[in-house]
Amino acid sequence: MDSFNAIVQVLDSTIRLSVPLLLACLAGLYSERAGIFDIGLEGKMLVGAFAGAAAASVFHSAFVGLGTAVLISVAFAMVHGFASITHRGNQIVSGVAINFVAAGSTIILGQAWFEQGGRTPALQPGERFEAIVWPGAEAIRNVPILGPVYAELISGHSILVYFAFAMVPFTWWVLFRTRFGLRMRAVGENPAAVDTAGISVAWLRYRALICTGVLTGVAGAYLSMVQNGGFVKDMTAGKGYIALAALIFAKWKPVNAMFACLLFGFLDAASIRLQGSPLPIIGKVPVQFMQALPYVLTVILLAGFIGKAIPPRAGGVPYVKER
Amino acid sequence: MSTPYAKLPAWADYGLIPLINLSVAFIVAGFVVMLVGENPFRAAVILVEGAFGKGTGIAFTLFYATTFIFTGLSVAVAAHCSLFNIGTEGQAYIGGLGIALVCLSFDSVLPWWVIFPMAIVAAAMFGALWGFIPAYLQAKRGSHIVITTIMFNFIAASVMVYLLVGPLKPVGSQAPQTRNFLAGAELPKLNWMIELFGAKIRSAPLNICFLLALAMAFLVWLLIWRTKLGYEMRTYGHSPKAARYAGISETRIILTAMMISGALAGMMALNPVMGDQHNVAIDFVSGAGYVGIAVALMGRLHPVGIVLAAILFGMLYQGGAELAFEMPAISRDMIVIIQGLVILFAGALEHMFRPYIQALFASVSPKSVGMQAVKGKGA
Repeated sequence: MDSFNAIVQVLDSTIRLSVPLLLACLAGLYSERAGIFDIGLEGKMLVGAFAGAAAASVFHSAFVGLGTAVLISVAFAMVHGFASITHRGNQIVSGVAINFVAAGSTIILGQAWFEQGGRTPALQPGERFEAIVWPGAEAIRNVPILGPVYAELISGHSILVYFAFAMVPFTWWVLFRTRFGLRMRAVGENPAAVDTAGISVAWLRYRALICTGVLTGVAGAYLSMVQNGGFVKDMTAGKGYIALAALIFAKWKPVNAMFACLLFGFLDAASIRLQGSPLPIIGKVPVQFMQALPYVLTVILLAGFIGKAIPPRAGGVPYVKER
Repeated sequence: MSTPYAKLPAWADYGLIPLINLSVAFIVAGFVVMLVGENPFRAAVILVEGAFGKGTGIAFTLFYATTFIFTGLSVAVAAHCSLFNIGTEGQAYIGGLGIALVCLSFDSVLPWWVIFPMAIVAAAMFGALWGFIPAYLQAKRGSHIVITTIMFNFIAASVMVYLLVGPLKPVGSQAPQTRNFLAGAELPKLNWMIELFGAKIRSAPLNICFLLALAMAFLVWLLIWRTKLGYEMRTYGHSPKAARYAGISETRIILTAMMISGALAGMMALNPVMGDQHNVAIDFVSGAGYVGIAVALMGRLHPVGIVLAAILFGMLYQGGAELAFEMPAISRDMIVIIQGLVILFAGALEHMFRPYIQALFASVSPKSVGMQAVKGKGA
């Protein structure tokens, strides 16, 4: 029973840890499917996290915080769009720039406004998203197997967790069942064809980037307002890049994205859980190995050793109309 | 990278436009300074004074610049081959491992002038190896080099943390770093060079790596513009199709370019490790690899430009440290913002002002933009 409870706990933290990855991964999915590489996911999450926590603690409302996070994150996405769609700049360069501006400005502004070494004030109850306890969770907690699964895994998360997982089927539906999704995929594969059909490539890509900004904003808000109860400098700590890796791992498909993020979240949860304690058969695994595993797996995947990851064909190429 | 715009005179292309882009970046940075309630002009004065006001300041500025010359050159060499090497950070980190191995093995028996060349080779080899794997995957398996090099940065960080809290850490020590090197692995300082001009220096880490960096800048210029290999790299960078048609081996050119790039990145580690810290510590690169991107873009991928851009960033680093004393609201992270803005305006938005400049030139002197040659093709 003890080991079962341990597994449930690891799975529970898997869910918590994979939520920001999942949101960022789906965010990247929108922009990359529309043909815009976005390595600025990290930066957009970071500004989202900062804006969310700052607004929530100033206005004493979690939802104001969430809204601000989304707003600022979308603004950064628009800068990326302005550089890479309107001015046909290098998308990678623009993404790198956004990451730096985000990393620097959150610290500088945080220090200037709150004077707590780059932190925002600790969020009070009501300023952060609380866990939602599902009906009956406490009542059946003691039922073997089913009880802990229902009480720990399904119930007891914040609304943003459910939102993140709801976004998976929603994104699938948008991508494969709506006109916008069809056009978005087309613009990522063959923008000239979309242009010929009389649809604005630029506007379509801007809309995809707005979706990206919204989702990275929520991802950031989750980090600072659910997971942590306040903004800490550089709190994304490479999650944007792991999300990018997950996106490749998922071959740019929403449902796969969920599984990839759960896998990477699980690796993270397991490495925290196992810290220092030996595994059966394998023996003691260095924490650093577990931390590097998502990146190693992605490289192996990219090298084509486990299936082939084929990115959207027009990805990274600015669209130039025939002149 | 093709430019869909008509030509401008060279001085405007290489002088005016970068200058405008840079100014815009600094103006936006000025707004951020205003946002935190400080005076941007006073900040600029403190920054420049901190960097160049005293001998010590100059020495520190050049010390930081040394690091950025290496990383800037690294990014630029790859970029000439149209490869975006974001992995400079990880390659430099792993380069530090090579240096650590050499120094820890020989610092008690050999003098610095024997260890230094060995360390250069080790740093370059380790860095080149870390660039080789992504390059191989790009050339042979078509994996996007940007993604693989990002992944390799994280893998490098994990490897180094593992080594520095484990095998490389001396027994009984708490700090995650190697033991301090002995005198044999300490590089001579160059402070006398500045003292020649009459300035006094207390203690600054400016060392012989600065000369190595300048030599590398010259060698990179030689490589890119004066050798067959450099020509092939530029050809491939402009048009992979044309390169293939001309019989240039894609695999060879990608591998060579990335290994040279990785080697330059690895050599960056010499400066902080052997010149200043005298040990290898966790995160000793601390973002210098990423600064290299800004430096390379600002220097328009030319060694002269890169040296100048590196000195500018060295100034920002040194002056930024002084600034943090004078204006507590502004920490060194201000530099990260400036760096981002420079990358944004000199890199991603590099063509934003070009049409306006072009229109201006065209109205003043049509000949200068080659209007006669492309008549009827309204740009």
